[in-house]
Amino acid sequence: MRKQHRHVLGWAAAALVVGALALVAAGCGGSSSSSSGGTTTNGGNTSGQASIGKGEGKLNLIEWPYYSDPSFAKKFTQQTGCVIQRKDAGSSNEMVALMRAGGGGGGGQWDLVSASGDASLRLIKGGDVQPVNVNLIPQWKRFIPIFKSPAHNTVDGVHYGVSVQWGPNVLLYNNTKIKPGPTNWNALYDSKYKGQITIPNNPIQIADAAFYLQHSNPSLGITDPYELNKKQFDATVNLLKQQKKLVKLYWNYDTDGRSAFANGDVSLGAIWPVDTLALQAKKVPVTEVIPKEGATGWADTWMLAKKAPHPNCAYKWMKYVTTPQVQAQQALVFGETPVNPQACPFMNKIQAGSCAKYHLNEPLSYYNTIKFWKTPIADCGNGKNDCMDYNAWQKAWTEITG
Amino acid sequence: MSELAQSGAPVRSARLRLSAELWRRPWLKVVALLALPVLAFAVVYLGSLVALFISSFWQVDAFTGKIVHTWTFANFSSLIHDPVYRRIAFRTIWIAAAVTVADAILAFPLAYFMARLAPPRLRALLFVLVLLPLWTSYLVRIYAWRTILAKDGALNWALNGLGLPDANLAYTNTAMWIVFSYVWLPFMVLPVYAALERIPDSYLEASQDLGGRSWRTFRSVILPLALPGIVAGSIFTFSLTLGDFITPALVGGANSQFIGNVVHSYVGISNNVPLAAAFAVVPVIVMAVYLLVAKRLGAFEAL
Repeated sequence: MRKQHRHVLGWAAAALVVGALALVAAGCGGSSSSSSGGTTTNGGNTSGQASIGKGEGKLNLIEWPYYSDPSFAKKFTQQTGCVIQRKDAGSSNEMVALMRAGGGGGGGQWDLVSASGDASLRLIKGGDVQPVNVNLIPQWKRFIPIFKSPAHNTVDGVHYGVSVQWGPNVLLYNNTKIKPGPTNWNALYDSKYKGQITIPNNPIQIADAAFYLQHSNPSLGITDPYELNKKQFDATVNLLKQQKKLVKLYWNYDTDGRSAFANGDVSLGAIWPVDTLALQAKKVPVTEVIPKEGATGWADTWMLAKKAPHPNCAYKWMKYVTTPQVQAQQALVFGETPVNPQACPFMNKIQAGSCAKYHLNEPLSYYNTIKFWKTPIADCGNGKNDCMDYNAWQKAWTEITG
Repeated sequence: MSELAQSGAPVRSARLRLSAELWRRPWLKVVALLALPVLAFAVVYLGSLVALFISSFWQVDAFTGKIVHTWTFANFSSLIHDPVYRRIAFRTIWIAAAVTVADAILAFPLAYFMARLAPPRLRALLFVLVLLPLWTSYLVRIYAWRTILAKDGALNWALNGLGLPDANLAYTNTAMWIVFSYVWLPFMVLPVYAALERIPDSYLEASQDLGGRSWRTFRSVILPLALPGIVAGSIFTFSLTLGDFITPALVGGANSQFIGNVVHSYVGISNNVPLAAAFAVVPVIVMAVYLLVAKRLGAFEAL
């Protein structure tokens, strides 16, 4: 009896060890490393292929979840015969890592990536994406002007993709706990709200603090929150170190920030409109503000991988998702704003008043208050090459949150 | 009859020859048996460790974000000179140690009861209960704890019901400590149980015959004999906590970054694999030291 018993125990111990190893392996699985690229930067002044040929029957996407939602992607496959294989990414950084693995945009594995502005320049400089001929995308001419050739996806006049959707980073608060509601970004740095604040866990968040300083401390001379010299950068990092004492949670995924609001753990924070909508749908008493100074924002671009195996299907996709009807559908699936203003009536048709709700009908002056994410680089256009680059941002962010 | 024997003969004789060969050369049997696992160990495990170590001496080009294959100590020097990395490493090790101690204290009485006091049926039931949490995903259990510890969660609800104030545990290092202790508890209970179960009854009787009271028997007989089991369990709890990044990301707060989180963000966010690799060497060293000490304490005989 006793011996048999030990036998059973032996099996249990073995099962535990195997389980532990599996956990360790699962933990390591996320971090695929990349080594060498092999391709050079900037494909000269070539601007992509001259025409769209016959579809290859397949299209491999790295996307934000729902960016090829079947509600509009199914029709695309019916029309073009391009069957979509999608890989959902949880962060800009995961997208970059996926595109880097194997070199040249995933070693010929991926066609398109829906990169946000904090990732797109990194992909361009790393030689992971190739120029796109926007003349083959008829709707491109009808985009809101600032999304035609934005700095985060167009370098020296060469386009590396087409803009698709955008959204602001908003100030959100619980309107039963915080009265009166804040109207200015300074709420996020106000010790009155200690222990109730949530902030995205992303180095690009440094730009939000810089944007706040641009308005609250003009003597620093910040003109662009993504182009900071050493002095401006240090002042911003300092502010964020002060802010840390007030922060309850640096959210990794917006859904984490969302549940912190829903569970009452935080009552003020920086988050996205999609989360506001989700929380309001769950009857959480939250109000979203875009302060009058404006906000930082993200704009996503479908970028073409350097070694895209199905370029014709990729072009067909870029053509398809920029049409007004699909722009409207995608905007309402995800909770974001189209880059093609023709989508406005289609949005209203699906959901009355949604065009105005998502600010698609705003004048150009509104867009000028949104500072869109772009990857910080040393050569920030002042000819002095003295801006802090993304590596410095990442290191500083570790120092702030670590 | 003879036909049958003939048709089977070549196969059978080949098999016979093989088994004779294996009998004559026992090392051949060992090689055949171990070749695959040893190969897998050498290539997959040691190979990736070596690759990790090598890439920790490289650097990332600030402009293109690509890895430059020139040898440098820059990553290690920034790990040593930058206080933030020391702070994170210290926090990781400290919490791993706290989790190990908490698990040892929780597991010992339970394992003792299971091994020496419980009737067989109850023992079987307790085994099932200890292992039951492992049937659900690790993530599910962490999310469950998050809703328990949340401000509007079950814990505060119960406390308020008793007329007590909120515990305010959500998104703190205490929350991490609780969740880790819960998640790894089975990994401590089983080795401690095994060690306690192995103590012969006669030892305890001898101690009593020599006048040892229960405390004395516990301190001088049971505890020393159970120690290898506790140390063996601590290898699990300590190393699993040390390498984790999911729990800190989900239940940790503003001061909860672990080594794993920094590695994860350096690989994922800035693609700075070399610095991540250099930082990942730290837990390897910590574990090597830990295992050496554990070996001294006889943990490997208890596994």
